[in-house]
Amino acid sequence: MKISLLYFGRPRELLALSNETADVPDNITTLGALLAWLRLRGEIWNKELADNRVRCAINQEFSGLDDSIHDQDEIAIFSPISGG
Amino acid sequence: MSVSIQEQDFDVAAELAAMRNNSNKIGGMVTFVGLVRDFSRDGRVDSITLEHYPGMSEKALDNIIAVASARWNLIAARVIHRVGLLLPNEQIVLVATASQHRGEAFAACEFIIDYLKTDAPFWKKEQTPDGGNWLETKTSDVQRIKHWSAKNGEAA
Repeated sequence: MKISLLYFGRPRELLALSNETADVPDNITTLGALLAWLRLRGEIWNKELADNRVRCAINQEFSGLDDSIHDQDEIAIFSPISGG
Repeated sequence: MSVSIQEQDFDVAAELAAMRNNSNKIGGMVTFVGLVRDFSRDGRVDSITLEHYPGMSEKALDNIIAVASARWNLIAARVIHRVGLLLPNEQIVLVATASQHRGEAFAACEFIIDYLKTDAPFWKKEQTPDGGNWLETKTSDVQRIKHWSAKNGEAA
């Protein structure tokens, strides 16, 4: 399935990537599994996308690791927010 | 009720005048202005850079204002959040609320800035003499939110 991935904050800077379209295997069905799959890309990914370092949003709603992902979703991965 | 996310600075007096000129029923307006400090826990701060999630940040702020409006009788609410490079002493954020009586404007203004800290997707990076630090949600900000749900037994 095709997933649109956006990166903000620290992961955007350290991965030097702000967005991509990823072709995600169909057996990846949750946000937690997606992060684990992305962590296989290399050392920096493994470190920066650790479950306890990032927060995520699915289609612009904050989401948890157990939430389901679907074809064409917009998934954002970011460091904890710090506005205001 | 309106939200702007912008690089340019804002004029608090002009924003309040616009709010006031829109209604003769307003008894009080409350404003919160967040500023860039030149220090942090780790020392001197030379600048900060703010980024946001376009689309989601506007939606999140609209939602916070909607929850505040359901809870208090607001005549108007305005949020402006700046993004980009900001120097010490510059304005970062404006929250302004107007209501018939001051109590509701005070409470709603505080509620909106408290939830902005925990629910709106913005990121701050401090530039210091030693490099840069991405700031993270403060535990104290998460704690502050709890008193709002404890007060009315409802979650926002």
